[in-house]
Amino acid sequence: MSDADEGWEDENPERLYVITGGRSGSSGKSASLDLVTLIVSKNSPKPGMQPEHATIMRLCHSPLSVAELSAYMRLPVSVLTVLLGDLLTDSRVVARAPVPPAQLPDRALIEAVIHGLQKL
Amino acid sequence: MDFKSSETLVEHPAEGPRTEDELPDSAAAAVKVVIVGGFGVGKTTLVGSVSEIRPLTTEETMTQAGVGVDDTIGVERKTSTTVAMDFGRISLNDELVLYLFGTPGQQRFWFLWNGLFDGALGAVVLIDTRRLEVSFDVIGRLEERGVPFVVAVNSFPDAPVHPVEEVRAALDLPADVPIVDCDARLRPSSRDVLMTLMRYLHSLAVA
Ligand SMILES: Nc1nc2c(ncn2[C@@H]2O[C@H](COP(=O)(O)OP(=O)(O)O)[C@@H](O)[C@H]2O)c(=O)[nH]1
Ligand SMILES: [Mg+2]
Repeated sequence: MSDADEGWEDENPERLYVITGGRSGSSGKSASLDLVTLIVSKNSPKPGMQPEHATIMRLCHSPLSVAELSAYMRLPVSVLTVLLGDLLTDSRVVARAPVPPAQLPDRALIEAVIHGLQKL
Repeated sequence: MDFKSSETLVEHPAEGPRTEDELPDSAAAAVKVVIVGGFGVGKTTLVGSVSEIRPLTTEETMTQAGVGVDDTIGVERKTSTTVAMDFGRISLNDELVLYLFGTPGQQRFWFLWNGLFDGALGAVVLIDTRRLEVSFDVIGRLEERGVPFVVAVNSFPDAPVHPVEEVRAALDLPADVPIVDCDARLRPSSRDVLMTLMRYLHSLAVA
């Protein structure tokens, strides 16, 4: 099992920089993405897309959280959210936002969680 | 979008979830719970014992301008720190998904906490009675941020057994914060920890 102190072995800042074109994910559409926002593609990847964009669209044919995408693509969350921002702007994927914090703690929500855990 | 990109992913396309690990299209929203504690306290074990998928690892990079570090060549250096978090998933029903994130509790990881705790239902502070120190800062930090939490005492064979009230006193916890014993390797035990957190959250919501 991986220890949370270790990074992925092949961390390569240049590669990450190239993937995002040097952009950071702190503004625009990327800013509203949470680790547990679910991403779903609207259609299949188009030929000629940036490979990372195409990979996201392929993986998200069923809903996948930002955290899972980051894990499968081995990309830091900050890099991934930049790429997702592009796809959201182009309406190629949709984001299903997490249950908003303002509603927490919400009794009905907590009851749904308890009910779900009872089935484990 | 037409610039040349890293070829790594072209040559080795990222593998996605196994078919049986895919979420149904009805999955509409997710919630998260954070498991926090020192190294080796059993966070990954707990996540893995209740998760429906093999625990995955996500990573975040923080870049900061180097302050007085290694500036012998007179150029401002950027240092980047990478932190990995293990996480798992539980589908609660057709629409709602719970994610569990195991997060290091040490102070040097706190920059990570901002996004992580925003919108989290609550937290489990996992402790090992042989090393209570790590937990003090974490608990203070959660209280400051107003994140509701429960404490789970992971039972290691050679750890001294402390009655719950002793742990409460040692950690200076308010009377209403639940403390439970657990064996993170066992699914029922880990599930009980999550249940304890949810019942606690429910009591807060009612109040
Ligand atoms: N005896 C015992 N061992 C445990 C328990 N939980 C975890 N471990 C072991 O402790 C070690 C560290 O656990 P891990 O989950 O990797 O800790 P983390 O660093 O907090 O993620 C592993 O070898 C686990 O098998 C427990 O409840 N009882
Ligand atoms: Mg771990």
